[in-house]
Amino acid sequence: MNRAFLFLILGSLAVFASGTIDGEIVKQELNVSAIVMFIVFVSATLGITYWAAKRTKSAKDFYTAGGGITGFQNGMAIAGDYMSAASFLGISGLVYLKGYDGLIYSIGFLVGWPIILFLIAEPLRNLGKYTFADVASYRLRQTPIRTLAAAGSIATVILYLIAQMVGAGKLIQLLFGLDYEVAVILVGMLMILYVTFGGMLATTWVQIIKAFLLLSGATFMAISVMAHYDFSFNSLFSHAAEMRGIEVMSPGGLVSDPISAISLAIALMFGTAGLPHILMRFFTVGDAKEARKSVLYATGFIGYFYILTFIIGFGAIVMVYTNPEYLDVAKQAVSGGYPILGGKNMAAIHLSHAVGGDFFLGFISAVAFATILAVVSGLTLAGASAISHDLYASVFKKGKADGASEMKVSKMATVALGIIAIFMGIAFEQQNIAFVVGLAFAIAASANFPILMLSMYWRKLTTRGAVIGGSLGLATAVMLVILGPIVWVDILGNAEAIFPYKYPALFSVIVSFASIWFFSVTDNSDEAKAEQEMFDAQYVRAQTGIGAEGASEH
Amino acid sequence: MQKDIIEKIKANPDYQKLVKTRTGYAIKMSIAMLVVYFTFILTIAFNPSALAMPLSDGSVTTVGIPIGIAIIVFAFVLTALYTRRANTEFDDLANKIKKSVGEN
Repeated sequence: MNRAFLFLILGSLAVFASGTIDGEIVKQELNVSAIVMFIVFVSATLGITYWAAKRTKSAKDFYTAGGGITGFQNGMAIAGDYMSAASFLGISGLVYLKGYDGLIYSIGFLVGWPIILFLIAEPLRNLGKYTFADVASYRLRQTPIRTLAAAGSIATVILYLIAQMVGAGKLIQLLFGLDYEVAVILVGMLMILYVTFGGMLATTWVQIIKAFLLLSGATFMAISVMAHYDFSFNSLFSHAAEMRGIEVMSPGGLVSDPISAISLAIALMFGTAGLPHILMRFFTVGDAKEARKSVLYATGFIGYFYILTFIIGFGAIVMVYTNPEYLDVAKQAVSGGYPILGGKNMAAIHLSHAVGGDFFLGFISAVAFATILAVVSGLTLAGASAISHDLYASVFKKGKADGASEMKVSKMATVALGIIAIFMGIAFEQQNIAFVVGLAFAIAASANFPILMLSMYWRKLTTRGAVIGGSLGLATAVMLVILGPIVWVDILGNAEAIFPYKYPALFSVIVSFASIWFFSVTDNSDEAKAEQEMFDAQYVRAQTGIGAEGASEH
Repeated sequence: MQKDIIEKIKANPDYQKLVKTRTGYAIKMSIAMLVVYFTFILTIAFNPSALAMPLSDGSVTTVGIPIGIAIIVFAFVLTALYTRRANTEFDDLANKIKKSVGEN
């Protein structure tokens, strides 16, 4: 029972941001209506990129869309970053498979947002310019802090990109009948186009359009399902329980181990608050007021979306489960039961066909592809900013780089990250990538988040404490994932895991906070004193917004 | 910012009020979210049958479903309450402080 739970935690995490499809993929025949709609989407977004390119002149435009995005738009874009294809297909697939347990994960992914609003959004907006490292290094020594923050950002971004690319390749292969390599290269190329030419402005609008399409499509599916049952939840649930047993209505005995439960909760909350592509979004709005509105709208859209996926998952139970049209006959002959084509994560896709026919199936497939494109674009932009703004301009050029050369470097970094993503996507096609997203969340929670949080709120933080503690947190997270059951047992083939839990956040976050604390309070250097003295000025700015970056003039 | 401006702001009763009220409010709201969420997760860990009870006699819907949906709604309501108060009361205070030092 315990193992099943642990498996599901990680499985669902992987599913959330990545491993959309598991197992062998059978390439579909060419899906014409999906391809037509996808071409429409790509043409529209390339048009937006052209429009955005003309407005992206300065580094500030490139990184933050000039800081002129409204709270509503940014909230939609944040929701778009969070509602990845895998989150849509993965969570509805989990509900389809496990019923109520799918809801438990949705809730875990949502509750970090209020905390981000209460503790992070406003000081982050008031102190930062382009990246969260701006905030972390506000009063600390630039070179070591920026280097560490950039390392945490780039590691998170690349791990996430691998997961997205592999998920994208498999999904597109399945939905559009394209070759895996073609799909991965196509995603990589389009992403490079959006980001290098259109910067944050294009990335944001691609994300907004996709979020709108995804929310509309999911709303239509949920309403269609409910219409079948006269809008009575009890009648929908009764049918589902008839088909799959009453167990789908209650927790499946998954969370039997409190350590794993707490560790997962910490990873989701603190990890979300340490994801560089999410944090970067707060610099695209004009002021703290708009930053707060961003979180409000984002939380609303994400919460609404999770309620829809819950209905969609149950809809798939009643409308897809025993439907011969979606049955994987070959698999049924081997394993029995009612396996659906493409595995459980295709439940929402099949449901779209069941409620809306070929046309709507094409629409949802195109939206799923668009979703992947939008998410990888946001990730790549965050990674490129860490390279150009933190490493190149601040560490390498000691803050003396001009905007034009900084922007050139970030475009080069975008192309490089795009190529790395394509290469990794192809290299990892046959690999078990279940650990990848878990590791990304663990690093974000154990390195990025503690440094950011303490730099904003704790006067006594010093460069020494942040660098040693953040590095130890990062190293602990990586080590525990390697020694844990997924890598040590499932991938490396050892009999028993050295570290018994699949999710390390509880331990690595404690290591990080404790060592940051210890190496800060024992730091008696003059530099440490100067850094602590600068806290007052920083805190006043964080609280009042006096001196904060404004929106650009043009 | 110059040191004298910082000292002036720190001595400003509006600033002290802003920091105190907002910090207290943010912490209270965070605790509310954490308590609700961890109660839910630990109930699932230790006593899942509590959530498996039918909503009413003969109903298939369990109490866990409205509770789960309610947590999603609760998270949104907390963000709405905080945003409303911060965008009016707290921002007004912040603007007053800005004016007192000649900003804006």
